[in-house]
Amino acid sequence: MTPQLDLREITKRYPGCLANDRVGLTVMPGEIHALLGENGAGKSTLVKIIYGVVKPDAGEIWWNGSQVDIANPNAARALGIGMVFQHFNLFESLTVAENISLGIDPGHDLAKLTNEIGEISERYGLPINPHQHIHTLSVGERQRVEIIRCLVQNPRLLIMDEPTSVLTPQEVEKLFETLRRLASEGCSILYISHKLDEIKALCDTATVLRLGKVTARCSPADETPKSLAEMMIGSALPVTKKSTNRELTEEPLLELRGLDLPAADPLGTHLQNVTLTLNRGEVVGLAGVAGNGQKELLAAINGERLAPDKAMLRLDGRDVGRDGPEERRVQGLAFVPEERLGRGSVPEMSLTANTLLTWHHKGQVKRGFVDLAEVSAQAITIREMFDVRCPGVEAEAKSLSGGNLQKFIVGREILQEPEVLILGYPTWGVDVGAAAAIRQAILNLSATGAGVLIVSEDLDELFEICDRIAVIAEGRLSPARRTGNTSIEELGLWMSGQFEAAEVSDAA
Amino acid sequence: MQLRLEQRQSTSRAMQYATPVIAAGLTMIAGIALFGVLGTDPFLALYTFFIQPLTSLYSIGELLIKATPLLLCALGLSVGFKGNVWNIGAEGQLTMGAIASGGLALAVYAQDGPWLLPLMLLAGALGGMAWAAIPAFLRTRFNANEILVSLMLTYVAVQILGHLVHGPWRSPEGFNFPETRTFGDWGQLPILVEGTRLHAGVFVALLVFLAVWLFLSRSFQGFKVTVAGQAPAAAAYAGFSNKSVVWVSLMISGATAGLAGTVEVMGTIQQLQPVISPGYGFAAIIVAFLGRLHPVGVVLASLLMSLMYLGGESLQMSMNLPLAVTGVFQGLLLFFVLGSDVLVRYRIRLVRTHQTEPA
Repeated sequence: MTPQLDLREITKRYPGCLANDRVGLTVMPGEIHALLGENGAGKSTLVKIIYGVVKPDAGEIWWNGSQVDIANPNAARALGIGMVFQHFNLFESLTVAENISLGIDPGHDLAKLTNEIGEISERYGLPINPHQHIHTLSVGERQRVEIIRCLVQNPRLLIMDEPTSVLTPQEVEKLFETLRRLASEGCSILYISHKLDEIKALCDTATVLRLGKVTARCSPADETPKSLAEMMIGSALPVTKKSTNRELTEEPLLELRGLDLPAADPLGTHLQNVTLTLNRGEVVGLAGVAGNGQKELLAAINGERLAPDKAMLRLDGRDVGRDGPEERRVQGLAFVPEERLGRGSVPEMSLTANTLLTWHHKGQVKRGFVDLAEVSAQAITIREMFDVRCPGVEAEAKSLSGGNLQKFIVGREILQEPEVLILGYPTWGVDVGAAAAIRQAILNLSATGAGVLIVSEDLDELFEICDRIAVIAEGRLSPARRTGNTSIEELGLWMSGQFEAAEVSDAA
Repeated sequence: MQLRLEQRQSTSRAMQYATPVIAAGLTMIAGIALFGVLGTDPFLALYTFFIQPLTSLYSIGELLIKATPLLLCALGLSVGFKGNVWNIGAEGQLTMGAIASGGLALAVYAQDGPWLLPLMLLAGALGGMAWAAIPAFLRTRFNANEILVSLMLTYVAVQILGHLVHGPWRSPEGFNFPETRTFGDWGQLPILVEGTRLHAGVFVALLVFLAVWLFLSRSFQGFKVTVAGQAPAAAAYAGFSNKSVVWVSLMISGATAGLAGTVEVMGTIQQLQPVISPGYGFAAIIVAFLGRLHPVGVVLASLLMSLMYLGGESLQMSMNLPLAVTGVFQGLLLFFVLGSDVLVRYRIRLVRTHQTEPA
């Protein structure tokens, strides 16, 4: 059989790095093919080459048996290549049908297109109303619009870039059904993800990239998530150890008491009556689909946005709702924010200066002047204890890789020996080795008696390290359940906002 | 073959130092072309502009006198610019500083003593700060743009000065000229070198230079200002209040501009006149950027800018060229500084295109 897509010896060089080094990739018709690799392995470059966004420096692209030159995304679409991006490109104020009509070549009839959308939506289990406006749709529904937009053009190859990060587990299952259906009709699917369970469940074959090179081709069904991970990182997978059978004490360190905070901007989320207690020595996880108030909650806990009433936030027994970040830090709070560059660190400052950014309340500043020797010594300690790989502590933050910078920021916050540590997406976009090191450091901190709150989309991660898990949906917080007493299904249900009943039963 | 701009992995330190030199070189080349078109001998013109002012002790004194207010204003401005606080009204704050210190000298006329000298410096700094407090307040309270507010207040300050010297403060012995009395002995800065007009204001500038250097390199408040300028989200995360950064930046630049006006009237003019500055406050913006917002760079840049003022005058005197040449040179210099700044973060590479693709 002729492969649908056959990449041969694709090479692409960027200044300072070889993004793709003689990469070969073969996708058969009707095959669901996983493209697997850590951040920076070259997945997105390769996909951009297929979709005509980036030109390769060398190599050949064969499409259905003949060599092609894909000059731009229009050419890719004309060949029958569709792509669903991680970030959607939809006009909020237009309807579903109008958005889809904008995405395809002009000269078609909107009424006819509307019918077509209805048919596709029925055939592939993608329920959507073509006349609805985008701004009224949930994230999952928006993704459906993106998929339908590809499908109306009868693609022969559909590229999905990390499609499940915005979906609840139930929505993921639905998406998989749609993709299997498509594949059974002969459409090839190139599926990019780093979620190994999903790949095992969905994909027929996988190509693994590491540092721009193909390191393995395999059939995911025959592998375990562990062996897949090891192919990705090229070494044995580090294991996190949790000290077992810890008795949890009821000694509240951080209390959110009916926190209510209207959205700061029109696209933000209104936090409503958020109540949560974080006890000494406890790790609490906060799951949820992105954009449901996580950003707002983290900013409110850190003090970047003040609560309307000082009693809505208690830190170690003191009302801190009206205190700013520096005052809360003095009270024992530390925070690893969602964005590493530009918020967690100043990109063009050295690691030493970035240490001073949050670590200046313990004798580093004397009579208004900075004790540079002291700060530099602390930066060196962070670098050594958290294995931050960089030329030295005078290196600029932006010159570090994502994983190393994250280890630095987590290290900076943990070494301040906080009573309460808050982390926003601590391992997002971090390579597997660094992620394991970060999780281990979090567990070690909680073993010393600190309380830790983690906001993450990665349910596996939360189940691995948390004592209790709660879900945030549309600015409201579910009850927190013991990790052993809940399941992915229940959390998934909660993620769609259905935990009113649980609250009642929990209170009883 | 094509030229391509490529982002550097990290900002180039070498280029940070080299770009002001490159910019100065390009300004020279543009100057040669300019004089060529005007029909004058470009090399004689450049000699008159850049070298002649350095050939006598007197004119070197003049160089330092003019560099003093430029340096003072630019030092303060560079603090604000580092923190993303755009004070464009140093000229107005300079004028207010002069009014405050001059007003004090006139108020105690004929009853002065050694105490007047430090008090006038203090009054000048406070006058500049008061004028800078207006944009600071409006920015922090109502989010009003400090660029517009500070710029417009410049013209208000100049009008106030004009009103005072034409009216209430006009010298009774001045034959109705719009100027005040000459300040008393203790209202004048001592001359440092016999045969020049070089006054002790240079020391004020040097002290401020040391203070600003220390502030930016070692103080925690200086660190906060720099973080706020480079990464506002990081400043918010760490809890550095943006309001305090705005206030600190504007107070520092207001104080140094006020001091600039003060040393100018105490040292060079020795009275108040309708015009006390040929645009030092505006030229200082160029000086701050040419000096890379670093105190040492600002010192060198203020000397160069001062030389351009003197060069413009000597061109006018010995070659009959219009004084506007000074403005043209200042503009060219700023243009080339900002243009060559690209090289700090990007490098130019010659790329051989091995395949031409149809559009």
